Amino acid sequence: MRMVLKGNGAVAHGVRLARAQVISAYPITPQTSIIEGLADMVSEGKLDAKFIKVESEHSALAGCISASSAGARVFTATSAQGLALMHELIHWAAGARLPIVLANVNRAMAPGWSIWTDQNDSLSQRDTGWMQVYCESSQEVVDSVIQAYKVSEKVLLPTMVILDAFFLSHTYEDVEVPEQSMVDGFLPPLDLPQKMDLERPAALGNLVFPDRYMEFRRKMDLAHDLALGVWEEVGREWGGLTGRSYGLVEEYRLEGAELVFVTAATAASTARVVIDAMREEGIPAGLLRLRVFRPFPAELLRGVLAGRKKVVVLDRNCSFGHHGIFHQEIKSALYGLPDAQRPPMYGFIAGLGGRDIRPDDIDGMLRGVWEGRITDPVSWWDVLEAKDPARAAVVMA
Amino acid sequence: MSTEVVKLKPGSYKTDLKPVWCPGCGDFGVLNALYRAMAQLQLEPWNTVVLSGIGCSSRLPGYVATYGFNSVHGRALTLATGVKIARPETIVIAVGGDGDGMAIGGNHFMHACRRNLDVTYILMDNEIYGLTKGQTAPTTPTGDKTKSSFYGNPEPAVDPVELAISTGATFVARGFSGDMKTLTNLIVQAIQHRGFAFVNVMSPCVTFRGESQYGILKEKLRLVPEDHDPTDRLAALAFTREKDVLTTGILYNVDEPSLVDRIAHVRELAKAQGPEPTVKDILQTFFPSF
Repeated sequence: MRMVLKGNGAVAHGVRLARAQVISAYPITPQTSIIEGLADMVSEGKLDAKFIKVESEHSALAGCISASSAGARVFTATSAQGLALMHELIHWAAGARLPIVLANVNRAMAPGWSIWTDQNDSLSQRDTGWMQVYCESSQEVVDSVIQAYKVSEKVLLPTMVILDAFFLSHTYEDVEVPEQSMVDGFLPPLDLPQKMDLERPAALGNLVFPDRYMEFRRKMDLAHDLALGVWEEVGREWGGLTGRSYGLVEEYRLEGAELVFVTAATAASTARVVIDAMREEGIPAGLLRLRVFRPFPAELLRGVLAGRKKVVVLDRNCSFGHHGIFHQEIKSALYGLPDAQRPPMYGFIAGLGGRDIRPDDIDGMLRGVWEGRITDPVSWWDVLEAKDPARAAVVMA
Repeated sequence: MSTEVVKLKPGSYKTDLKPVWCPGCGDFGVLNALYRAMAQLQLEPWNTVVLSGIGCSSRLPGYVATYGFNSVHGRALTLATGVKIARPETIVIAVGGDGDGMAIGGNHFMHACRRNLDVTYILMDNEIYGLTKGQTAPTTPTGDKTKSSFYGNPEPAVDPVELAISTGATFVARGFSGDMKTLTNLIVQAIQHRGFAFVNVMSPCVTFRGESQYGILKEKLRLVPEDHDPTDRLAALAFTREKDVLTTGILYNVDEPSLVDRIAHVRELAKAQGPEPTVKDILQTFFPSF
């Protein structure tokens, strides 16, 4: 059925179609309309789920962890400060190997207070063992939520489905909402292999001594390796059912592209317009959109980027003291290439705290690099630079 | 050159920020009462800190010309603790909403009361989450319809006043943002109190609880009876969980050592012990011949 949905509405419909059984959530801008949508669906009888309203995000994820441990399909949503408050349990959910799906609406961290988008909230959770999928459109959001349950339940790792604040969460788009019967065929009811069971009583969360802890962590890492293939397989299967296939990354006009622009989320939509215009002019530019960031498709990226002339990475995030995060990771993935095959990389940090990234910005970055005017490995784009950077670094902090 | 003492007026405490609350919000009344109380006490802005968490009401520090801290959700009292311990001579006023203070910050509230932390805590109680657009709060009356409880709130509500009295606050009052005179007086006395002074202000959210809230509250409000003994804990508790009436005024007020007093006492005890033993002293307890 075709519907006009904003990104947050698309999340709610994805969760409904996945037949989540327990939703445990706490309001935070710009996520709130996700759980409001789900609360409506539950109270109208459109979704047969228990809706638990708790007193903090920490409790929201705790509710998901216990319900998931009991074998229920669960969901929660949050943003920024809420995700940071969940952090202790974010580790727990992955370590306990629970297939929880969480929607995070990317919002910049305080201070200074901001409700607008950037990726530092979700990327701060990079090393917790969660899978992360960055979405570009409301269509991709609804499709990815359903796929996330399938992948999570196969590899027993939680997934964060991530969407930009306002640019996606609050922008209405035309969305093909799948039929329930089709989703039911794609995603069977959850049958967790290890769950609380009165017939087989077990204690959860026990102490693990040094002789076994590493083995548990090794298994998490192996599950991530396995998940790379599962995301591809599930994305293809979804394509067979709906005509919309998904991979770990999305390639756009990469055939013959010598200048490759890499980014994630909604900035990719803006980049497409710029790439088209540059191609018209005869500049061999193409776009590579990161979709699944954990597990990290290092081998795939190496294959796609090998031999390109220049690679430009746009990060709506920053690991302070060392580059944008996508930039770092892609750079490390390319290390194994022979010198002649390894393209020089140029990173741009832009759009933090919701600052708009316009076609002109991306055009400026790409042209600057292509024409050799920008040679710095990392540049902060569209930022007021202090007259005396040494002093500013201290004073502005 | 002569120095003239400038008398601070309520307006002296205003900043050039214009409050972004909805027209009719009860928090305007609380802010004005706070300006008046500060002027009445001639609080020195440079010795006063106003802290908050997150929520509509937590915007308040930005509107007061003192040191201000708009911190993270639910943590106003934890920051207030740090400020007061580090600078005991400072007047510390924590403010926030019921969602901020009773839900995510509920545990901090209990411990601030228990410790008798020397701060004033003004809770703007609108019985709803306003900033996130109208979800059920821990203070929302049972049965009330909200954005997150379409068929009525199934949960019992907490009375912050009851919680404060029962967990050890030494000054507990209830006010109404529509009664400026009483509220100003309550805030003045709260700031003057040594120890944890809690003022729960009924501050209607006209947007998500409806404009009728003012009328409903005015119907229910009554001043605390003149013969009430505010040092009597049980008598004070009788004014909590009220249904048909809502009692305003100072409900509980006792004199107990505050957290700052107790820490000072520990410091005295430690000093009386004499200097710290040296490593050699310690080793000698194990090896007397060392």
